[in-house]
Amino acid sequence: MAKSLLFPEFKIDRDKERCISCQVCVRQCANDVHEGSDNEDTVLSQEENCVGCQRCVNLCPTNALTVHKREGGFRPNGNWSEQHLRGIYKQAESGGILLTGMGCDRSYPIYWDHLLLNASQVTNPSIDPLREPIELTSYLGRKEEKLDIDWSGEFPLVQTRLAPQLELKVPVVFSAMSYGSISYNAFRSLAEAAREVGTFCNSGEGGLHPDFYPYGDNIVVQVASGRFGVHRDYLRVAAAVEIKIGQGAKPGIGGHLPGEKVTKEISRTRKIPEESDAISPAPHHDIYSIEDLERLVFAIKEAINYKKPVAVKIAAVHNVAAIASGVVRAGADIVTIDGIRGGTGAAPQVIRDNVGIPIELALAQVDERLRSEGIRHHSSLLIAGGIRSSADVIKAIALGADAVYVGTAALVGLGCHLCQKCYTGKCNWGIATQDPVLTKRLNPNIGKRRLVNLIRAWSFEIKEMLGGMGVNAIESLRGNREHLRAVGLSKEECAVLGVKAAGEGW
Amino acid sequence: MKKIRIQEEFCIGCRLCEINCLVKHSYSGKIIKAFREESPRALPRIRVEEEGYLSFALQCRHCEDAPCVENCMSGAMQRDRETGTVFCDEERCVGCWMCIMSCPLGVIKREQKTRRIASKCDLCGGEGEPVCVAQCPNEALLYE
Repeated sequence: MAKSLLFPEFKIDRDKERCISCQVCVRQCANDVHEGSDNEDTVLSQEENCVGCQRCVNLCPTNALTVHKREGGFRPNGNWSEQHLRGIYKQAESGGILLTGMGCDRSYPIYWDHLLLNASQVTNPSIDPLREPIELTSYLGRKEEKLDIDWSGEFPLVQTRLAPQLELKVPVVFSAMSYGSISYNAFRSLAEAAREVGTFCNSGEGGLHPDFYPYGDNIVVQVASGRFGVHRDYLRVAAAVEIKIGQGAKPGIGGHLPGEKVTKEISRTRKIPEESDAISPAPHHDIYSIEDLERLVFAIKEAINYKKPVAVKIAAVHNVAAIASGVVRAGADIVTIDGIRGGTGAAPQVIRDNVGIPIELALAQVDERLRSEGIRHHSSLLIAGGIRSSADVIKAIALGADAVYVGTAALVGLGCHLCQKCYTGKCNWGIATQDPVLTKRLNPNIGKRRLVNLIRAWSFEIKEMLGGMGVNAIESLRGNREHLRAVGLSKEECAVLGVKAAGEGW
Repeated sequence: MKKIRIQEEFCIGCRLCEINCLVKHSYSGKIIKAFREESPRALPRIRVEEEGYLSFALQCRHCEDAPCVENCMSGAMQRDRETGTVFCDEERCVGCWMCIMSCPLGVIKREQKTRRIASKCDLCGGEGEPVCVAQCPNEALLYE
């Protein structure tokens, strides 16, 4: 085979003074980077295979290891960046599409970082969340235009039959990650944490393992183009059903779970033969229009007796506002929008990095459009794609979201180090893998604890920020863009976001 | 009596328990010194057993009818009346290895310090969590 032109991406520094040759790194690396030598007192490293996941660094008991980006190798060039050169070399060698995992890592503007929050001063009092209650409960689902109330009795009675709602104790939901793309233990951590904090997790398109049926009240199940594992009980056990049309990381693209990952348990969950590739087509072959979507929405509503909300998930693309309007009119109780920075287990790199628009702009436009058409209350907005902190959550809510999905943030909470190699199935952190040696590395008891802590910490922070603004319920902030100001954005960007520039006031 | 419970489904086979046990029972108690400078190197009293993807860390179970205590001719191997821990009194151990012969789990080792001594899990002196439990990165060992 001809010599590869690629350089190792990472450099491993082993402090010889500190290394005790305990071989923990050797045992922990699924990429066979470290190797004990015949002479027992040294460990050697093969940098070519290193993906920079930092597992060995984390577990090294003497902190003898550092793994960092390898400097040099490619001659610096403003136009031909390392990413481009690496891509060309790889493709010239392999002749294939470049695959990657997780969300877009290009440095497109992140609008969350250009939005600032308001606080109360003098003219309106701020609230101390430690002394006064602040309400974070949110309800997702269609809201009524008006309520008929019977005032004749002793107490007023609501006569209107309310649409089914999802009750969230915190406006943060774990986003769709299928059992298959993530491990059983990772899914269990999410499901248990969702139940503990009073929110939901999403089954993804891979069906629901029978072990998770008891968690149904906190699970949103997905119906995607592959229809894996979709059957009556699957729809009925869940708290809501989500029809997945698109995904932020790969709008317009289907999915492909390689046969090696289709283990016995996954084949049981997805209802496909063991070791067969699980291919989700790019479109739903029965949905070629809004009218077709409406048919599926109502078919599902029939199947679940109109007892649970039905969501429709679309990727944030150029005409997202018009599409979302159509989706709402098709009967979706919740519209989920996934931005360009949304994660994935596997996607062509060129799609992940170049297709779609940032969620902030999409959210602002969709909210605006639905309001102007007078149909905003027909659906709740759930947004996804690059929510990194409680500040992002609260900014999203002020921009008009009803709640946010977190996927990457949850995985990072579980130990993910964003090495973007989910598609290899060799996740050293036991998250995006089905290898029994690796899946054991994620203890769901620890995973659940970490996720519960994360959501609890975020909810404290959200309460602090709300209190500072003088708002005592998250409902009062929803869509209130007066609480946001933009810094460092152009007039056009401010207009799209519907946010005033910092310094502008009444 | 509190015992170390093994959850083999979460053992990741990293062997950090062995390393930390060794350090705990070394002269210095410091990891780099214990490995690089101390001679003879202390022995870990816990051992990770592996086959395929299964692995678990095994150490003395402190059996109720401990054969090692029964078979110890010098009375070095004994049970702490208060805590129930089976431990080896190093002063009295003569290195006859009868305990090793009789241990059904093979968790007693031959230590060559200044002389031959049987070495086994002492639950880190019975004070608090043993290091193998405290330092297991995946909580595969529980002390309860």
